[in-house]
Amino acid sequence: MSDTLPPQPKPKSPQWVTATGNILRFLFRQPPSAFGLVVLVLLIGSAVLAPVLATHDPYVQDLTATLLPPSSAHFFGTDELGRDVYSRLMHGSRITLTIVFLVTITVGPIGLFVGTVAGYFGGRTDTVLMRLTDIFLSFPSLILSLAFVAALGPSLNNAIIAISLTAWPPIARLARAETMTFRRADFISAARLQGASPARIIWKSIVPMCMPSVLIRLTLNMATVILTAAGLGFLGLGAQPPLPEWGAMIATGRRYMIDSWWLVTFPGLAILAVSLAFNLLGDGLRDALDPKQMHRR
Amino acid sequence: MSDPVLDIRNLSVRYAGAPGPAVRDVSFTLGRERLGIVGESGSGKSTLGRALMRLLPSAEITAERMQFEDVDLLNATERQMLKVRGRRMSMILQDPKFSLNPIRKCGDQIAEAYRTHFRCRPAEARQKAVDMLEAVQIREASRVYDLYPHEVSGGMGQRIMIAMMLLTDPDLVIADEPTSALDVTVRLEVLRILDGLVREKGIGLVMISHDLSLVRNFCDRVLIMYAGRVVETLNARELDQARHPYTRGLLAAQPRIAGGRGILPVLKRDPAWEEEPAR
Amino acid sequence: MILDRRRMTALIGQGGSIFVTLFGLLILTFVIGRIMPADPVRAIVGEDATREVYETVYRQLGLDRPMWEQFFLYVRDVATLDFGTSIRTGQPVLTDILRVLPATIELATFAILFGAIVGIPLGVLAAVNKDRWADHLIRVFSLMGHSMPIFWTGMIGLLVFYAWLGWVGGSGRMDQFYIGLVPERTNFLLIDSAIAGEWEVFRSAINHILLPASLLGYSSSAYITRMTRSFMLDQINQEYITTARVKGLSNRQTIWRHAFGNIRVQLVTIVALAYGALLEGAVLIETVFAWPGFGSYLTANLLIGDMNAVMTCVLVVGVIFIALNVISDILYRVFDPRTRA
Repeated sequence: MSDTLPPQPKPKSPQWVTATGNILRFLFRQPPSAFGLVVLVLLIGSAVLAPVLATHDPYVQDLTATLLPPSSAHFFGTDELGRDVYSRLMHGSRITLTIVFLVTITVGPIGLFVGTVAGYFGGRTDTVLMRLTDIFLSFPSLILSLAFVAALGPSLNNAIIAISLTAWPPIARLARAETMTFRRADFISAARLQGASPARIIWKSIVPMCMPSVLIRLTLNMATVILTAAGLGFLGLGAQPPLPEWGAMIATGRRYMIDSWWLVTFPGLAILAVSLAFNLLGDGLRDALDPKQMHRR
Repeated sequence: MSDPVLDIRNLSVRYAGAPGPAVRDVSFTLGRERLGIVGESGSGKSTLGRALMRLLPSAEITAERMQFEDVDLLNATERQMLKVRGRRMSMILQDPKFSLNPIRKCGDQIAEAYRTHFRCRPAEARQKAVDMLEAVQIREASRVYDLYPHEVSGGMGQRIMIAMMLLTDPDLVIADEPTSALDVTVRLEVLRILDGLVREKGIGLVMISHDLSLVRNFCDRVLIMYAGRVVETLNARELDQARHPYTRGLLAAQPRIAGGRGILPVLKRDPAWEEEPAR
Repeated sequence: MILDRRRMTALIGQGGSIFVTLFGLLILTFVIGRIMPADPVRAIVGEDATREVYETVYRQLGLDRPMWEQFFLYVRDVATLDFGTSIRTGQPVLTDILRVLPATIELATFAILFGAIVGIPLGVLAAVNKDRWADHLIRVFSLMGHSMPIFWTGMIGLLVFYAWLGWVGGSGRMDQFYIGLVPERTNFLLIDSAIAGEWEVFRSAINHILLPASLLGYSSSAYITRMTRSFMLDQINQEYITTARVKGLSNRQTIWRHAFGNIRVQLVTIVALAYGALLEGAVLIETVFAWPGFGSYLTANLLIGDMNAVMTCVLVVGVIFIALNVISDILYRVFDPRTRA
C-alpha cells in the first residue's frame, strides 16, 4: 500500500543545519539564553575534559590535608577526607550530564508515544492513557521518585529510573494536546486517504509537529531533573559516596558547614548555575520556536 | 457653526515598528454635528478614533494642530487626559461581547463611569445609572442593572455601552463601528437610540463605519478614508455626487433592494489614490 | 430543571473520575509497596533473622496469597483507615501522620502566603512592563527561585541569617528550652501557644518559621509569577480594558480593578496547585531545618525502608493533591459569575 505514496520530501541535512544555526543565533542574541548556552557548553566541556581539568584525583584521600580553605593548590578547598573539591566538582559534572541525558532519552520517547497515540486515536484509548497519566501527575514528582527509590533501593541507577518514571506524564499531556489540535487537519486526512497506517501517520506527520514544544518542555524539564537528582542525592537516596555527585557532596559537607563553608557552597552554586541555565535556555527556546513571536521580529 | 469641538490639522499616526504611518495627514473640524468616517478595514479609521482619545501609548502621533475645545490633545499630560476621557469625550466600542467586563455587573460598570468623575454616594451613582438605562429604552432597568454581560443580548449590551458613555454628558462621542457586531434586526433600533440622545444633548458625534448607507442616514458630513488618508469630504446628502473614484467605487459596490440582480462591480484600486491630495 | 440534571450528570462524572484516580493511586502504591524489589519482610525482621521467623512474618503479611487477594486486602485496609504500624515508631501510621501533618501545614501555609504576596504583584508588574527591563529582571528573579536547590539555599540561609547575623531562629519549630512547655491541642504550634497565652513561645515559633517559609515561598513564587504574567497579558489586550480607559480610569485603576479582577479566579486555582507543589519542597527543607513535620517523617522512614509508612505518606500526598484540585475547581465555580448560571 505504502508504495503508492508519492516520495516524501526528505529533510536535507544542510537545511536542518541552517535551522539549528538560526535558532542558536537567536538564542545568543539575548543575554539570558546566551548565559544558559554558555553554562551548558561549560558543563559539557568540563564533563568531557574532567580528567584534564581536574588538578587532583577525585577519590584519593589525603588525611594530612583535610578541610583546607580554597587556595591556589586547591581552588575550592578540600573536604573532610582531604579530597580536592574542585576536582570532585569537575568529575561530578559527568554524573549530572549522565542523569540528564539518560532521563531525557527515556522520557521524551515515552511521553511522545503515549501522548500522540492518545491524541490520535481518541476515545477509549485516550481515556485510559490519560487516566494513567493523571494518576502519575497527582503526585509531586520528587515524592513519587522518593517512593520508587525507596522500593528499588538507593543508588544512582535507581534514581535515574525513578526520575524517568515520574517525568514522562507532562510530556505525554503536552504531546496529546498538540496532537489534538491538528488531528483533524487536512494533511492528516490526506495521508489517511492515501492509505497510510496510523503508525506511519503518527511517526511521519504528527511526531515532527509535536517536536518543537516537546523539546522546549524537555529542556525546561532538565532543570527539574537536576534538582530532583540532587535532592535524592542529598537525602542519601541517589548517588552513593564516594561518587562526587553534587547533592551528595552537599549532604556530607553539611556536617562541617559552620567552619568550612566551601564544602557546601561550591556544589550548591554548581547545581544552581546548571539548573538556572536550563531554565533560561528553555525560556529562550520557547521564544525562538514560537512562530507567533518570530513573525513579530 | 459655533466654536468647533474638534479641530485637527495634518494628523499622522505611526505604530512602533510599523513600516509606514497608519494615518497620514488627516485634517478636519467638527462642530456639534454628526460626522461619519468611512473606509475599509485597515484604512486607519479606528486608529484615528483611538488617537483622538490618546489611547495608543506605543504609537507616535504628530500633528500641526489637535485641539479639543480648550484642550490641546497633542501636548496634554496623561493626568489632564484622565479628566477629559470619559467626562468630556468618550467612545462607544464595537462589540459588547468583548467591550464589557465579563465579571462585573452591567450596572456597576455604568455607575463606575459616573463615579470616576463625580464625587457621590454609591446609591446616587446607582440611581444615575438606572435613569440612564431607562434613557436607552431598557425596560426593568433596575433588574438589568444587576445582570452580568453574558446574561444580556448583543443589542442590549450595546445600549448599556451607550448608557455608560453618555452618562457624563460628554461634548464628543466617538462611535467605532457601533452596530457592526449586532444582529441586523436590532441595528436600526440601537442607532435610533444613539441618534436621539446625541441630538437631544447636543453632542458632537464621530461615527466610524464601513457602511456607507448607514452613515448617509445618520450623519451630516462624511469623510472617506483610504490607506490612512482622507480622500474626500462630502455632505451626507450629496454623497451621490462624489467625485473621487474610490468613493464612487464604494457606492457602486453597494447592493440595492430596488436595483437589478446583476453582479456587483468589484472595486478597482489605483495606487495614485494613496498619494494625491484630498479633494 | 434540565440545567439541574445536566449539572448532576457533570457532578457524577467528576465524582467518578475522582474515584478512578483514587483507585489508580491505590494500585500505584500497592505496586510500589509490594511488587518492587525491596523485601518488606527483611525490613521488619532484620538481616540476620532465622528462616522460621522470616516465614512467619511472610505469612503474617499475607505475602503467600495470590496477588489479587493481597490487593483486595490492601484496599479493604485502606478503606477502613487501617494503614498498619510504623516499624520505626511502633505507632499506627495514621496516628503518626496526623501528629506530624500540622507542622507541615503551618510551614506550607506561611510559605504560600509569602509566595502569593511576592509572586502575584511581580507577575502583574512583569505583564504591564512586557519586554522592558522590569520584565526581564522579574523573569530572572523568579527563574532563580525556580532553579535553586532548596535544601542548599536552606543551609546557606541558616548559615547567614542564623549563625552569622542571628536575625532568625535556627532549626526546629521553636527554641530548644520551650519544647514541651505548650500543651499540644491542635499541634499547630502558633495556635497552641496563642491559646495557652505563651507569647514567648509564639514569638520563638514565628522566629523559626520565617526563614524556611520564605525560602519555600520564594521557590513557589516563580510559578505564581509566571502564571500571573501570562494571565494578565491575556487580559490586557482585551477590549473591555479599552472601555475602562475610555471611561477615564487611570492605567493603574484599569489594571487592578478590571484586568486583575478577571484573573482572580484563575489565580486561586494556581495558588491551590502551588500549595500542593510546596509539599515537595517541604520534604527537603524540613530535613535541613529539622522541622518535625510530614517531610521529616517521610525521609526518616525512607532511609530505614519502612515501606508501610512510606506508602501511606505517598497515598496521603496523592489524596491532598486530588483534594486541592477539587477545591480549586469548586472555587472556580463559586467565584466566576459565568459558571454560576
